[in-house]
Amino acid sequence: MVELALPKNSRVTKGRQHKAPEGAKKTKSFRVYRYDPEGSENPRWDTYEVDVEACGPMVLDVLIHIKNTMDPTLAFRRSCREGVCGSCAMNIGGRNTLACTHGWAEVPSKDVQISPLPHMPVLKDLVPDLTMFYAQYSSIEPWLQTETPQPQKEWIQSPEDREKLDGLYECILCACCTTSCPSYWWNGDKYLGPAALLHAYRWLIDSRDEATGERLDALEDPFKLYRCHTIMNCAQVCPKGLNPAKAIAEVKKMLVDRVT
Amino acid sequence: MVSYRTPLGRARGLGSAKDGVGHWIGQRVSAVALAPLVLWMVYGVIRLAAGDYGFAVHWVQDPLNATLTVLTLAIAFFHMRTGMQVVIEDYVDEALGKSVLLILNLFVCGLAGALAIFSILKVAFGGVVGGA
Repeated sequence: MVELALPKNSRVTKGRQHKAPEGAKKTKSFRVYRYDPEGSENPRWDTYEVDVEACGPMVLDVLIHIKNTMDPTLAFRRSCREGVCGSCAMNIGGRNTLACTHGWAEVPSKDVQISPLPHMPVLKDLVPDLTMFYAQYSSIEPWLQTETPQPQKEWIQSPEDREKLDGLYECILCACCTTSCPSYWWNGDKYLGPAALLHAYRWLIDSRDEATGERLDALEDPFKLYRCHTIMNCAQVCPKGLNPAKAIAEVKKMLVDRVT
Repeated sequence: MVSYRTPLGRARGLGSAKDGVGHWIGQRVSAVALAPLVLWMVYGVIRLAAGDYGFAVHWVQDPLNATLTVLTLAIAFFHMRTGMQVVIEDYVDEALGKSVLLILNLFVCGLAGALAIFSILKVAFGGVVGGA
């Protein structure tokens, strides 16, 4: 069935205003996306005037402050608060990043707008449903595959070969890159997305892995791999400074090497 | 309808087509080939614009000019087809007739390319010597 209009609940309405407490000296406005798919209301932008002198410098500090002191109904994911777990990935000031490592003062606009990672189903407020993202990661079989009998001690690797994994193994699967990719927005059901492909390359160039050919077979597909058109949003937003677009280009080069 | 398919099942989908590298190489190699050919073509068109109809016919009948023009057209229409295919695959949903558009793309590019090449060959082999 052709759908010409967006679903009814796509329109984001003006939400509630939460004033700063009396006596607050330095306040900043945060516009936060609120949505409960189990309710009947449309999503809304709630505005919180936050006393920024009462909380830390990061956006996550502000969100925790809001939840603790202003509105306990706000939902968001967080865990390590130091850019290692990837839980608090969200769209801040129009850019996907981690709330825990992004200072609210870094957002150039007057109000700081915070919404969930784009183009994913929303479970509640700032919590996206990443089920497909994890399943796509799982589909690239992110583990060492060998047929040679297991050595008694360990699979050894030269320092040079180990260095090839730098810039890849650091990925924390926060989904900032994948959800910033227009190709993933349009064809996310078939295209694996930058994060899964970066991990695919991480196993393709692991000198200990023996399934390189099978891995390349599984990736050579007009949609799984070749929907990447080098838009580079992934590299721009990666909060760990990685370059998934380059990793994808390397996979394409490996596929060319196979036939030339 | 509620789907009970597992996320991994959905992510794997129909599996790999084991196809795509040929298309990718074709698109890039044709782009590389077109870079000098289009420059040469622009130079040729500027020269033709300065001359009369007889000069144009004479120019096309030159073996090198005819060959390069046919090559430019063949590669340009091939490049156009592969590029349009990617655009259709990117943006058009199956429900909006993706398959039909992909076939149409092949037919339109094939027909336009064949017509253009036939026209050059007709002039090159002397079909219209002596004026319109």
